[in-house]
Amino acid sequence: MTKVSIDPVTRIEGHLKIETEIEDGIVKDARSTGNLFRGIELILRGRDPRDAQVIAQRICGVCPQSHGVAAALCLDSAFGLGDKIPDNARLMRNLIQGTHVVQDHILHFYHLAALDYVDVTAVAAYQGKDPELNSVKVFLERGELGPFAPRYEGDYRLPVEVNQEATAHYLKAFEIRRTGHEAVAIFSGKIPHSVGIVPGGVTDTPTVDKITKFLWKVKKLQEFVNNVYLPDVLAIASVYSDYLEIGAGCKNLLSYGAYDLEGDDPDLTRRKRLFKQGTVSADLKYHPLAISSITEVVKYSWYEDSSTGRHPSQGETKPAPGKEGAYSWVKAPRYDGEVYEVGPLARLLVTYVAGDPVVRQLVDWALAELKAPVSALFSVMGRHLARALCAKILADNLEKWLLELKPGEPTYTEYEIPDEATGMGLTEGSRGALGHWIEIKDKKIYNYQAVVPTTWNASPRDDNGVPGPIEQALIGTKVRDKDNPFELVRIVRSFDPCLACSIH
Amino acid sequence: MAKEIPLLWLPAAACTGCSVSLLNTADPSIKSLLVDEVVPGVHVSLRFHPTIMAGAGEVALGALEETATKHKGEYVLAVDGAIPVGTAAGYCVMGEREGRPVTIEERFVELAKDALAILAVGTCAAFGGIPAGAPNPTGCVPVREALELHGLEKPLVNISGCPPHPDWFVGTVASILLNGLPSADDLDDDLRPKAFYGKLIHENCPRRAYFDEGKFAKKFGEDGCLYELGCKGPITYADCPLRHWNNGTNWVIGAGSPCLGCTQPEFMSLPYYEKVTDVQLPAVGAQVQSKEAE
Repeated sequence: MTKVSIDPVTRIEGHLKIETEIEDGIVKDARSTGNLFRGIELILRGRDPRDAQVIAQRICGVCPQSHGVAAALCLDSAFGLGDKIPDNARLMRNLIQGTHVVQDHILHFYHLAALDYVDVTAVAAYQGKDPELNSVKVFLERGELGPFAPRYEGDYRLPVEVNQEATAHYLKAFEIRRTGHEAVAIFSGKIPHSVGIVPGGVTDTPTVDKITKFLWKVKKLQEFVNNVYLPDVLAIASVYSDYLEIGAGCKNLLSYGAYDLEGDDPDLTRRKRLFKQGTVSADLKYHPLAISSITEVVKYSWYEDSSTGRHPSQGETKPAPGKEGAYSWVKAPRYDGEVYEVGPLARLLVTYVAGDPVVRQLVDWALAELKAPVSALFSVMGRHLARALCAKILADNLEKWLLELKPGEPTYTEYEIPDEATGMGLTEGSRGALGHWIEIKDKKIYNYQAVVPTTWNASPRDDNGVPGPIEQALIGTKVRDKDNPFELVRIVRSFDPCLACSIH
Repeated sequence: MAKEIPLLWLPAAACTGCSVSLLNTADPSIKSLLVDEVVPGVHVSLRFHPTIMAGAGEVALGALEETATKHKGEYVLAVDGAIPVGTAAGYCVMGEREGRPVTIEERFVELAKDALAILAVGTCAAFGGIPAGAPNPTGCVPVREALELHGLEKPLVNISGCPPHPDWFVGTVASILLNGLPSADDLDDDLRPKAFYGKLIHENCPRRAYFDEGKFAKKFGEDGCLYELGCKGPITYADCPLRHWNNGTNWVIGAGSPCLGCTQPEFMSLPYYEKVTDVQLPAVGAQVQSKEAE
């Protein structure tokens, strides 16, 4: 038995350690450890409830928009505004969150994941005239290669020209994701940590000049997703096709749904959304979402055992550093007591099995390109493909939402903070199902709980000893070279983990 | 041959928003910052930044430790996030030595000792920020205090903001490369470059005329000064109204929101949507009161 530990796992957000035990080249056991606790739920206690959407965004600087939306939905429901958000505000929230998520998926594929597959040093042999690639060539000739080296060496399979082109796309993706953030700032002031989304609606009003500017930035994103990102994912998936069979994991998927298509139904589990609410497993049968089925357990997490097994609306965060037997700051959320993966794969496949015709056609087309069955989506490359397809679906809807905005119509509903109330906000962050729960007493936050996408995916064992989704995806994997364990980091990164989020 | 300035980026109790904001740098682009000579003759060599670097685990930490050893006194250390210290240090760890987790506090002390200069990036590193918000559950301190705790005296620049504008980081680095370390005169009492944090938001706010006339917005979406909705512009030092964010696209008050005061030490201690009280704002408060009395 050999122990292979990766600490820190880089090109993710935050502080993550992965430990594996390898026997005869196969991962026999795996542990995922979140290594930073800040206690944001405890910091929120006693504050003005309206502060929640400001501070909750700071749970994560990579996906603050989704926390802003989850917190705003949570406060909307606590303030009795669940069905009173003006259409303009609903659309502007969709646009802020959706545009952010498209740039986030681009960032993940190119700037977090791609260096596992693309060899930047191939640009040393570049003979063309692209000034960007030539500046990389000069950089390589100077010989100080940080942050592109040192790295794991070995399994880089793309031909030289493809590596060069992919490097050009890596650089282009920097510009495009920045453009995405510029669009987000049009309606939300700045990003990261924007200000536009508040309980009751949004702070800004749509004007024709803003809509037009937003539209043309969105068109650049859409063009990149369709002509560069999606083709690159398909190309890399066909060269690394063994990764359509590696890293399947628990094969239970959960989605809260996201991007409200109507504002009249205060029940977020039923409201009509672009991505659907529900669960799906390997049998590809659709099941509706039952929020009461969620619990968080902490036997293997550094929290007091007395707080285990609670629904998040009654959740507690009682840190117990050094607790015997525990190994992570991430709690272990479970659905019906079972392990569930969340993320783009979950929201895509839930929407697929729910019968959405656009999504069915798109997924079937992509799988035909790869000559792969639907079951191949439960894999490393399946997650990358699902992420790219989710980016495309979103990018294709942004223009429509922009044109539905009505300048001059309301964007905000006034309210009074209730003495006592509870609220729940559900959405899909870039990385999956995101829920916030609040309890208000004496007009202040009495309790606040967030169950975040990577809380699900990077969770440790539950109270029954069953490993979390990333752990399950690692166990059983063949590792060819334990000094350069590409398989392990590729599996972990396919989940796009965000550790600051997961623990908060 | 270009001069290479090694940069090491240490993530403490942070959310990575500061790094994502830096990705948004326009001129220079992030590609130019990573690859090109950022000022003529000088290349900043980013040897360690966990969010973007190719290597992982021991390979990544090897790059960190090798740079710190080989380039004693020559590297710039950037820290994002506040630092849990003392008995609370275990709330933030990275990597192991001899089977024991290494706390970020330990790594900070090792790296700070031999750094040319330290950049505290973001309000968490500069002032404690989010994780140090009451009740500060993890014993977080800002970089300045962590240095004092360990008896270290090092050139330190606080680049506050939640997150900081990329220009504030890039401008500070460029200034160090072109002119050397900032003098005491270049920095305010909170060790922030006066070039970026020299004036109040309120002094340059396009809604200032509303304030002077006593015309205040009562709800979001209205014209008027946002003071009554909680704007922290009158106590917040930053050049947002002139610089704007995201490549000059917009800024907080431009989107109809009050300034939240994110560059200030008080960021976590005031409610965001309540009017700043007169105690914290004697001069301006008196002016507002007289307008309201009319």
